[in-house]
Amino acid sequence: MRWYWIDKFIEFESGRYAKAVKCISLAEEHLHDHFSFYPMIPNSLVIEGMAQTGGLLISEHNQFSEKVVLAKIPKARFYCDAVPGDTLIYTTTIEYIKEEGAMVSATSYKGDILHAEAEIVFAHLNDSRLGTLFEPETFLRMMRMLGAFDVGHAADGSRLVPPPRLLNAVKSAQNDGQGK
Amino acid sequence: MPTKDEVFDKIRTALVDALGVDEEDITPEATLVGDLGAESIDFLDIVFRLEKAFDIKIPRGELFPEDILTDSKYVRDGKVTETGLSELRKRMPFANLDDFSKNPLVQDFGNLLKVADMCRFVESKVGVTD
Repeated sequence: MRWYWIDKFIEFESGRYAKAVKCISLAEEHLHDHFSFYPMIPNSLVIEGMAQTGGLLISEHNQFSEKVVLAKIPKARFYCDAVPGDTLIYTTTIEYIKEEGAMVSATSYKGDILHAEAEIVFAHLNDSRLGTLFEPETFLRMMRMLGAFDVGHAADGSRLVPPPRLLNAVKSAQNDGQGK
Repeated sequence: MPTKDEVFDKIRTALVDALGVDEEDITPEATLVGDLGAESIDFLDIVFRLEKAFDIKIPRGELFPEDILTDSKYVRDGKVTETGLSELRKRMPFANLDDFSKNPLVQDFGNLLKVADMCRFVESKVGVTD
């Protein structure tokens, strides 16, 4: 199983907000282990999906130069269950970005029904031991796979493109690989 | 200009939201770390909520000057030196450092800040009426 808890971005405005879709399928293994014969998506994985939506939004704003990790959830409220066949829309809006970290407010909607809402705080880490989790190509692949560059735009309305810093880092890693 | 009571009420709301504690736990003498269970990441959250509630800017290290604790100029053998204490007094005029100064262990610094200190800090930034 891969640790992706959103399926794609449908809106992405750099430095402001991002909207992502999560389609719930009965084929997902974990649904059968949470409550017997009641395959609802665990609330913790909804929070993880909202954190992935918000975390990539924060990372993109920082040009992927910070190690953005989920640090705290001051608030999380769930109003109903989400089950196979449901499509959840996660919207995360940046509340603040500081040198030490950032916070987003998040909602999950099932159609026009509010399913959940949360506040999520991220920390910016300097720990070099986390290096392999934050390779530039991982971010680039993830952002492309989730369609962020297909739907995203910058604050001035221009199309969202991968930051040059990220492209250069990927290029340099590829050149290093070929040189070995 | 808010009153002292209004400042306290807004700070109490910010702490309840950031720390998930009950309103009655927020007393002027409560320490943020020891009594209210604040951890380092909570200070980021608290600062943001104070900025929003009072429409002010709080630069990093102004409320909680942790940089002093990692500066070898101010710390020796796990204790804040006299120079460090004097720097802390300068940077934290809103806090009472008397007890901490008796045995200024770096590890105890986190438990220094009380709700009343935070009120004085905000009052100094926004100005208050009685």
